[in-house]
Amino acid sequence: MIMKQLEEKIFKVIMICAAMIILGVLVYIIGTVFYKGLPALTLDMITKLPGGGFYLGKEGGVLNAIVGSIYIILGSLVISILISVPLVMYINFYLPAKSIFSSLIRFSLDILFGIPSIVYGAFGFALMVYLGIRASLIGGILTVAMLIMPIMMRSFDEITRLLSRDLPDALLSLGATKYEMVKVILRQLMPGLVTAILLAIGRGIGDAATVLFTAGYTDNIPTALNQPAATLPLSIFFQLGSPVEEVQNRAYASAIILTVIILILSFTARYFSSKFSKNKI
Amino acid sequence: MRRLRAAKDKTARYLMLGIAIFTILLLIVIGLCLFFKALPIMREKNLWVLLTSGDWKPFKGDFGFLPFILSTFYVSIIAIIIALPFSILTSIYLNSYASKHVKRFFEPVVDLLSGIPPIIYGVWGTLTIVPLIANKIAPRFVEFSTGYTILAGGVVLAVMIIPLLISIILEVFRSIPKEMTDASLAMGATKWQTVKKVILRKSFSGIMAATVLALSRAFGETMAVLMVCGNVTQIPHSIFDAGYPLPALIANNYGEMLSMPSYESALMLSAFLLFIIVVLFNGLSRVTLIQIEKRYQF
Repeated sequence: MIMKQLEEKIFKVIMICAAMIILGVLVYIIGTVFYKGLPALTLDMITKLPGGGFYLGKEGGVLNAIVGSIYIILGSLVISILISVPLVMYINFYLPAKSIFSSLIRFSLDILFGIPSIVYGAFGFALMVYLGIRASLIGGILTVAMLIMPIMMRSFDEITRLLSRDLPDALLSLGATKYEMVKVILRQLMPGLVTAILLAIGRGIGDAATVLFTAGYTDNIPTALNQPAATLPLSIFFQLGSPVEEVQNRAYASAIILTVIILILSFTARYFSSKFSKNKI
Repeated sequence: MRRLRAAKDKTARYLMLGIAIFTILLLIVIGLCLFFKALPIMREKNLWVLLTSGDWKPFKGDFGFLPFILSTFYVSIIAIIIALPFSILTSIYLNSYASKHVKRFFEPVVDLLSGIPPIIYGVWGTLTIVPLIANKIAPRFVEFSTGYTILAGGVVLAVMIIPLLISIILEVFRSIPKEMTDASLAMGATKWQTVKKVILRKSFSGIMAATVLALSRAFGETMAVLMVCGNVTQIPHSIFDAGYPLPALIANNYGEMLSMPSYESALMLSAFLLFIIVVLFNGLSRVTLIQIEKRYQF
């Protein structure tokens, strides 16, 4: 009798320790980045382009990378929203509830979701060579779109599945066509879509392996789709590779910028998804 | 009017069908593209020789993938060995013990861990794990280590796959009907006994599936591992040797190697290998997970 109580206690302590260590690692990661990066984080970092001799420790900032990342993520968002929303509506409201086709689509989404970003990067680059595109904004946008599409589709699909069937049934019985029904339902699903989009942004903006060959790198802000574009993760990576200490410190400062972006995205996504579960009809 | 509405409905339906087919095709197209790009090197050399030879001298035409395959394998295995116990224990805690408050607090923690970009993990790894191994851990076992080792890659990867493991294991736990655990508790078993005899036993296949899924995620992880692994082309003999995983090989060399067709093809072969392994592992574990989900649904 006492043995089993004792065992219970011991394992509970071990489990709490495991959970605490995981929490500790998260704090440790964010703490390390802030501790190393804060001294080098100046306003210039986020408002200026790299000046002459930036990579030798002279002045400038990583505005090129921030803007480049934003351009790429916005472009790929447009593409993936245009594909994800119709697809999710199709498998949820057009196909019958337990059709083989919809399970096949969901299954291939699961697989696409698991494909490493470096494979998307290599595939994207091969595709670009085939089409005759150099490393450019458009190349980055297309490749990142491939990476974030499955993420967006899966999370949007998961939220859509939670929607009760009453609303669609009511709409159909009022004589709406399916297309009209979907338009109404989409309004109901808006917070869910926002969550899915924020998740996709978070994944897309932080990924370096996809843009490594496809978007190139530049110290300027691209003004056309066929120009190369810098990205935040690559900017961190290249600055870290420098032997100059100031430049390395700036890499840590850039890492703070990226981390803060991810933190904001993550908490906003959480806010919207909690809103959604409150509004559930 | 009615015709217009019907026409709109029909157009939308066909468009959506097109998109659905495109999504399934994308997977096949990626696979075929990589395969055809990798074909020249497979024609030139025996595939078995490519996979089992340790000679990597691209400029002499020797492409042996063994160092890279072994590095990938070792790094991922270390990651799983470290991550699995933590993930299972934390999942049990969150599922059976934690109060609602703790659960609500832990959700964003797991979210954030999975949301942190690989490059940040890499920065963290080079700043903390690498020096730790070089100064504290490695000197006890080997004479000298830079810290940029297989072990460093494994530790960083472990942290990266923990959120994936936790979220899937939690889902597997949730699929166990409450009646089952209630029955065990009502018979006088303690919570831990219930966990041990009911929950863990029932979710064994699910945890295996989660492990395989996490393993395939670990195989493909690029930037973070590249930054802490050392990237030396050699067959690693201990976890304190530097390694050079497949994704890092692609990331470091691809794009510059278009001038050498056989080199490019060799790199494409490594991307194809990654693709095949990931698709197989993913497919296998997803099928298992889907079956688990269905098991208790009537």
